[in-house]
Amino acid sequence: MTSLPTSTDKKLGLVIDLDICVGCHACAVNCKEWNSGGHSAPMTDRDPYGAEPSGVWFNRIHTYEVTNDRDAGQSRTVHFPRSCLHCEEPACVTVCPTGASYKRAEDGIVLVNADTCIGCKLCSWACPYGAREFDEDDGVMKKCTLCIDKIYNENLDETDRVPACVATCPAGARHFGDLGDDSSDVSRMVAERGGYDLLPDMGYKPVNKYLPPRPRRAPQQETDTAATPGESGSDVASFLGWVDRMLSR
Amino acid sequence: MHPAPSVILFTVSSGAGYGALIWVGVAAAAAGLPPDRWLGFVLFLVALGLITIGLLSSLFHLGHPERAWRAVSQWRTSWLSREGVAALLTYIPALLFGAGWVLLGTNSGVWTVFGLLASGLAVLTVVCTGMIYASLKPIPAWNNRWVVPLYLLFALGSGGLLVALVAGLFGQSLSWLTWGAVLLLAVGWVAKSGYWRAMDDAHGRHDIRAATGLGRFGQVSALEAPHTSENYLLREMGFVIARKHAGRLKGIALGCGGAATLAAAGSALSAGGISVAAAGVAVALTAVALVIERWLFFAEARHAVTLFYGTLAV
Repeated sequence: MTSLPTSTDKKLGLVIDLDICVGCHACAVNCKEWNSGGHSAPMTDRDPYGAEPSGVWFNRIHTYEVTNDRDAGQSRTVHFPRSCLHCEEPACVTVCPTGASYKRAEDGIVLVNADTCIGCKLCSWACPYGAREFDEDDGVMKKCTLCIDKIYNENLDETDRVPACVATCPAGARHFGDLGDDSSDVSRMVAERGGYDLLPDMGYKPVNKYLPPRPRRAPQQETDTAATPGESGSDVASFLGWVDRMLSR
Repeated sequence: MHPAPSVILFTVSSGAGYGALIWVGVAAAAAGLPPDRWLGFVLFLVALGLITIGLLSSLFHLGHPERAWRAVSQWRTSWLSREGVAALLTYIPALLFGAGWVLLGTNSGVWTVFGLLASGLAVLTVVCTGMIYASLKPIPAWNNRWVVPLYLLFALGSGGLLVALVAGLFGQSLSWLTWGAVLLLAVGWVAKSGYWRAMDDAHGRHDIRAATGLGRFGQVSALEAPHTSENYLLREMGFVIARKHAGRLKGIALGCGGAATLAAAGSALSAGGISVAAAGVAVALTAVALVIERWLFFAEARHAVTLFYGTLAV
């Protein structure tokens, strides 16, 4: 049924730390790997070895440049993983004419039933985040399942019961948990770091949160320390200053 | 948005069909159309034919057309489902009304009830079609108050012209209906140019700063794309049309639409063969204008997902 649950027992989702993400695409690759045998398998590729490969992926890693007049000439590079945010008000679910799209009342995960999806693509139009990708071969819509077949899988060790993207991230930039529980690790992380919603004005109330990059050290400080060698006039002092700067990074 | 031919054909063809059905029901109730069996047959062939062609064409848009029957189930939340329900329900009174007219040779009395019921459901179907687009928040060019009235105006205008043309071919002069179509189309094209101007002037409702949340740090631009070739998202929602081409196409649509409206006015003012010929010209030009207008409706609409790929605002 495409009517949304009035509330969900849990709000399972991801917290993505943009301060840490190094843009290695490992999450996207492991997501593809796990889900190629999972709930929404296969994740079809077309022309995979040709000139124009195109396929279904649940994770896409963008990279942005942020420039600011205040620190002229300096820009910040931010790697930005994008996947389904498992919104509390997912229009992708309510627009679905068949009931194939649904939001689970028990944990808030948004899923597609591939047996009843007619492939009208309207859900992908309704999602501002580009979370849904159409499988041309299967003729149905596919999306992130939050690794539903992994997080509840009792054949796995408990530590492995996290989404594939979280399990594989070498930098620890992705976290999984219940964002409806204020005392959970992920909720605390969001509170401490000022985790935010993407496109909040759209009103979809995403469950997934993004942690902003930490403020950069003031460039003023660096010029100050760079000036010290001249002032002290000692090579030893300037070497120690350099060691100090390197170690305190 | 990708201008899929199947959806353009569906909205233009079904729109005209429903518009025609609305006028047939109203005209019969107002005793404006004689219960001539052949006239009835051709009117219903045109109206229901266009509706059915459009609906079938929209089925080709689906990944699984054989499951289309499932689409009537979610009318509580989905405008697409509501459209499906309204479209199917419209057939019931329309076919009863048509059966009375064509088989029994009557379109008055209790039969007008079926006609008006068909008209009402047809209006509802067109409103649902418009609402499918108007309800999509990620597409500001659709998510506004212009969209539903424009769908209704063009459906009623083009449908009215069709009924006037068919009636004219059977020697029936329905100048009041032709004038109605002239008025609706004139208002429609004026409103459409207003819509185009409003969209050109719009500064964008959503921007890359809010999409990435990085606006607090400064100006955001896309540095590296997540993939090297196009994916589904870019093919479906990243369609871009050159402003220059859009401008030219709008000129052609307005030119054809305006000429059609004048031809329709000419048809209402004249009689006999000239009137019918003018109505025919009006129908043909309106069809061309509406196909271009609908193509632009999709091609020019920008989706919020493109923000993540570097579009600054939509």
